[in-house]
Amino acid sequence: MTVVVGYIPNEYGEAALAEGIEEARRRGTRLVVVNATKGDALVDHRYVGEPGLAELQTRLATLDLDHEVRQTIGADIAEELLRAVDDTGAQVLVIGIRHRTAVGKLLMGSVAQHVMLDAPCPVLAVKPAP
Amino acid sequence: MGTLDLLLDGFQNALTLENLTYAAIGVLLGTFVGVLPGIGPAMALALLLPVTYGLEPTQALIMFAGIYYGGMYGGSTTSILLNTPGESASVMTAIEGNKMAKKGRAAQALATAAIGSFIAGTIGTLLVAFFTPSIADQAVKIGAPSYFAIILLSLVLVTSVLGTSRIRGFIGLFMGLTIGLVGLDLSTGQARLTGGLLELADGIDIVVVAVGIFALGEALWTAAHLRRRPLEVIPVGRPFMGRDDWSRSWRPWLRGTALGFPFGAVPAGGAETPTFLSYLTERRLAKPGAEFGEGAIEGVAGPEAANNASAAGMFVPLLALGLPVTATASILLAAMQSYGIIPGPTLMTDQPELIWTLLASLLIGNTLLLLINLPLAPLWARLLAIPRPQLYAGILFFASLGAYSVNRDPFDLALLLLFGLVGFVIRRFGIPVLPLILGVILGPLMEVKMREALDLSGGDISGLFDEGLAIFIYVLVALAIVIPIVLGRLRKRQDVPEEAMVR
Repeated sequence: MTVVVGYIPNEYGEAALAEGIEEARRRGTRLVVVNATKGDALVDHRYVGEPGLAELQTRLATLDLDHEVRQTIGADIAEELLRAVDDTGAQVLVIGIRHRTAVGKLLMGSVAQHVMLDAPCPVLAVKPAP
Repeated sequence: MGTLDLLLDGFQNALTLENLTYAAIGVLLGTFVGVLPGIGPAMALALLLPVTYGLEPTQALIMFAGIYYGGMYGGSTTSILLNTPGESASVMTAIEGNKMAKKGRAAQALATAAIGSFIAGTIGTLLVAFFTPSIADQAVKIGAPSYFAIILLSLVLVTSVLGTSRIRGFIGLFMGLTIGLVGLDLSTGQARLTGGLLELADGIDIVVVAVGIFALGEALWTAAHLRRRPLEVIPVGRPFMGRDDWSRSWRPWLRGTALGFPFGAVPAGGAETPTFLSYLTERRLAKPGAEFGEGAIEGVAGPEAANNASAAGMFVPLLALGLPVTATASILLAAMQSYGIIPGPTLMTDQPELIWTLLASLLIGNTLLLLINLPLAPLWARLLAIPRPQLYAGILFFASLGAYSVNRDPFDLALLLLFGLVGFVIRRFGIPVLPLILGVILGPLMEVKMREALDLSGGDISGLFDEGLAIFIYVLVALAIVIPIVLGRLRKRQDVPEEAMVR
């Protein structure tokens, strides 16, 4: 029984995290924060580095919430999220979504779409406050 | 005409809009490939070689020179911001440079590296301009036996002095020499190592070998290690230096230049040794409290200058003797050959315009680098986020295009694949690339000189030893082989107790 959050260190990830924390409190379950990378570039700004990870851990520790941060490397970010959902028997998956252009979606695909269509549990899609 | 006049003439030729454009393209491209680890100036040159067949030789060489210097700059950016040296010559820069960056002094580290490289590159290129003609004058008198001996010396030095493992070096060298043997024997017309294939009778084009080993080999190697934990890049603004940084940097710059140039100029090149020596020197000379080990600016300024000075020094043997001492230089040599320019002692007199324009554009390229690199540093850092699949797909495209366009023969694509596999295997087993590529390019040249010497003596082996210089060089060759072995033995004998304890 968990709430899984797809996290990246930017405003979309933060929005998802904030909503995920609320959701975990409301349901009284564990919070699993997943941060995944394709690991195919030398530098990935969406992957939480060591200082960022330490900061995230301290932030979560102040919350009085049973939590876990998972960092994974895999070919497909959506698959990494779905694996975490399966592993932990998640009740809900929280992700941040953003606008994509048609061409961008054609070229890069959409992690959000993949996750929503294939997740076994409800998916909560949130946006950062405008 | 004096050297200065010739150089000024060169500037006149280089300062046309067209040539300046090629210099700028070269510099940008060079920095691009230098920033990305695993892709160096040697690979970039090999990929671009076939593309530039349509250009004038001067323009192609100007662009190549820009790529070469640009690659050196780019390497320092990666070392400082990521602690991942783009090439072996930047390893020393990474030690203090990355520590500086972690302390929030990335801007100063990048600035001292760029300005130090500029100063060292400029002084180095001027030294090349002043030394090369006189060395070439002497080199004209060198006979075939001595020339043969010099090539042998540079092969032995590169193989046995550089690198960690002598046996791996020699494996690489002999692989290269064997590849160089393929084709028709020049004097008898016999087919050697062709396996009856007609396509191999003309020998294997150096472009195919170089692109296969550098580009395809690296791409396969990367594909085998595709997913790795991303590294953290240190964010940086526009590089600048304070007054204190200047006063701490200028002496290391000059000392680094003085160390680097001679090492680049002797036919045992490689920037590893001078950068290492420069680092040690600065460390020893540093005042107490100079924060060595925790980000001392001297430790970036010195090695970076040494790196670029030795990069410049490499042009002395290349232009005066036709001897490449680095992988990049050997591709430059192949480029010259493909334009029908015969590098060697007569190059300065045969093609004065080309050479002086090249030297002038090296100076211009160096200045462009400083102007481009300082403001663009944050942009270069963003290149590091390019995903490997897309990047290497582009490289493979250019590699296949290049290999095919050499002879318009699909057979070359099969060869390319074969050398790509060789490139993968030598990376897997840690065999150095430099001896291999030098073997491919110097082997045939060495054979020509040996044949010349033996023809003169009527096939008698003494023909190889009848010059005083040749005998002197053979002594050096013997020393270069024996000394490291003896030193190794001595060291081992002293180390035995310690090593036994460690194990």
